[in-house]
Amino acid sequence: MLKFIIKRLINLIPTLFIVAAIVFIITRMIPGDPASVLLGPQASASDVHRLREQLGLNDSVFVQFIKYLNDLIHFNLGQSFAYKQPVLTLILERFPNTLILTFCAFFIALLVSIPAGVIAATRKGSWMDYLFTVTSLFGISIPVFWLGLMLVLLFSVTLGWLPATGMASSGDGALAFITHLILPSVTLSTIPMANFSRITRASMLEVMNQDYITAAKAKGVSHFFVVMKHGFKNALTPILTVAGMEVSSLLGGAVLTETIFSWPGMGQLIVEAINKRDYIVVQGSVIFLAVLYVLINLAVDILYKVVNPKISYDTKGGK
Amino acid sequence: MVPPNALSVTKGKRKKRRENLFLRRLFTNKLAVVGLIIVVLFTLVAIFAPFIAHFDPTKMDVNDALQSPGQDGHLLGTDSYGRDVFSRIVFGARVSLFVGVGAVVVGGAIGIILGLISGFYGGWVDSVIMRIMDGMYAFPFILLAIVLMTVLGSGLGNVILAIGIANVPTFSRIVRGQVLAVKQEEFIEVTRSLGAGDFNLLFKHILPNCSGPIIVYGTMGIAGAIISEAALSFLGLGIQPPNPSWGNILQEGRDYLQVSPHICLFSGMAIFLSVLGFNLFGDGLRDALDPKTRV
Repeated sequence: MLKFIIKRLINLIPTLFIVAAIVFIITRMIPGDPASVLLGPQASASDVHRLREQLGLNDSVFVQFIKYLNDLIHFNLGQSFAYKQPVLTLILERFPNTLILTFCAFFIALLVSIPAGVIAATRKGSWMDYLFTVTSLFGISIPVFWLGLMLVLLFSVTLGWLPATGMASSGDGALAFITHLILPSVTLSTIPMANFSRITRASMLEVMNQDYITAAKAKGVSHFFVVMKHGFKNALTPILTVAGMEVSSLLGGAVLTETIFSWPGMGQLIVEAINKRDYIVVQGSVIFLAVLYVLINLAVDILYKVVNPKISYDTKGGK
Repeated sequence: MVPPNALSVTKGKRKKRRENLFLRRLFTNKLAVVGLIIVVLFTLVAIFAPFIAHFDPTKMDVNDALQSPGQDGHLLGTDSYGRDVFSRIVFGARVSLFVGVGAVVVGGAIGIILGLISGFYGGWVDSVIMRIMDGMYAFPFILLAIVLMTVLGSGLGNVILAIGIANVPTFSRIVRGQVLAVKQEEFIEVTRSLGAGDFNLLFKHILPNCSGPIIVYGTMGIAGAIISEAALSFLGLGIQPPNPSWGNILQEGRDYLQVSPHICLFSGMAIFLSVLGFNLFGDGLRDALDPKTRV
């Protein structure tokens, strides 16, 4: 097991290197002089010159890349111009809020989708299954930013039940905290909810067709027991893989959801930074989220191995 | 004595029969038919936009601002500049469909070529290409598009390019997987021994055998691109006002959610319905192409 983890960690290095390279290449694609773009049209020539020095723009591209990697290894994501703070400090301030939001959305998604997927699979072809298919396609097709606005319109503007935007501060109490959290997390949960339930249904259907399920049924094991113990337990592995990949759509969705609900997380930070043309913050946040995604998927791989020790990652060219 | 062209005749018949079976499966699937109808309707609206819209979508009239649906001949009301919301949504369909198809063509072309090369040649070429795709996968799709837009700048062409590039890793992975499977087939070995070159093999024999999954993902990819364009325009990075796009109509309507909720309601509905259409149709295509893998 330890050997497996070490091997996976070594495999991580080229991926992280490429992630860094992609961000480096994209930011170097900014047309014109990055220093004057960063500082905006009002910047004086001496400011631009100082920033060029600071960013190392007078070095060759290769030297710039090495310096950039060196900074990343030392967790130095640079200094924000608009916020006058280190980028990492800004990110660490906002990241816990994004974590709360995505965690709640993830939880809501699992809570709804797994029972729904299991029920749809066990009643394949019924009106419930049909309803399920349509609803899950609705979930995939609905734009989260529109859903968010419509929920605000219904529950905040019209009914006045829930606050429209913002996050409760520590002095507001638990109730305010929860009421502020409901609309954004429900909004964000729709896409993973639809994807989870579809994969749950598919993998349950596959498992329920296996011989050992028929055997268990023939032995007179109760329907519920067959479904939960023999069926669901074995259908878990593909669900787990999708859960890891779903982190990506959750983080992407968080950017839009946070903008709608003025939720003070990383997504809002990125959008604010774009509007302020603070590319250093954008660059740092994006690389932070990408590395986070890679690490979460590593954790999922390891968890996968714990759940199902037979799985081998040694086969070359596997998916 | 069998006539010399008998073999190709039966082959042609078999192909036709397979196509018929595919079409029958597709058209007995009610959801897929509903999806196709929605897609066709939106396409017609986009093509005939100038004949359907009664008003100039960019013409402002401050005296006519924030009218409710049905007032003064404005079917879906007006926005804060007095522009007709229905006309803006109708013309917005052009942008959405153009970006949807364009982004899939751009992403598909690059992704398919990379996937073909990667799967066909294997070895270090495959490793390098797939590691780069893994790296791109680490960025949430919309975030990659957002970052590319901040670098490229707003505008229709750049929106297509940004969403297209964000689509490349998925296309290349799908095609690579298919190539790995098709490569093992006997007919590839036979064709090669008959003297076919790599280029011929790849584009004439392997690619056509990968078309099923490409078409399915392409259809779903259009849906994804429509949502992404709307998201980028909603964030102010995509299509810039006064040019109408469903995303920027939604963005502008957001400030008037309390007084004129119809602006957001209808523009979002347009995004939702068109995306649903492509997803329903794509889902149906997948079932019809391979009934075993129904998800």
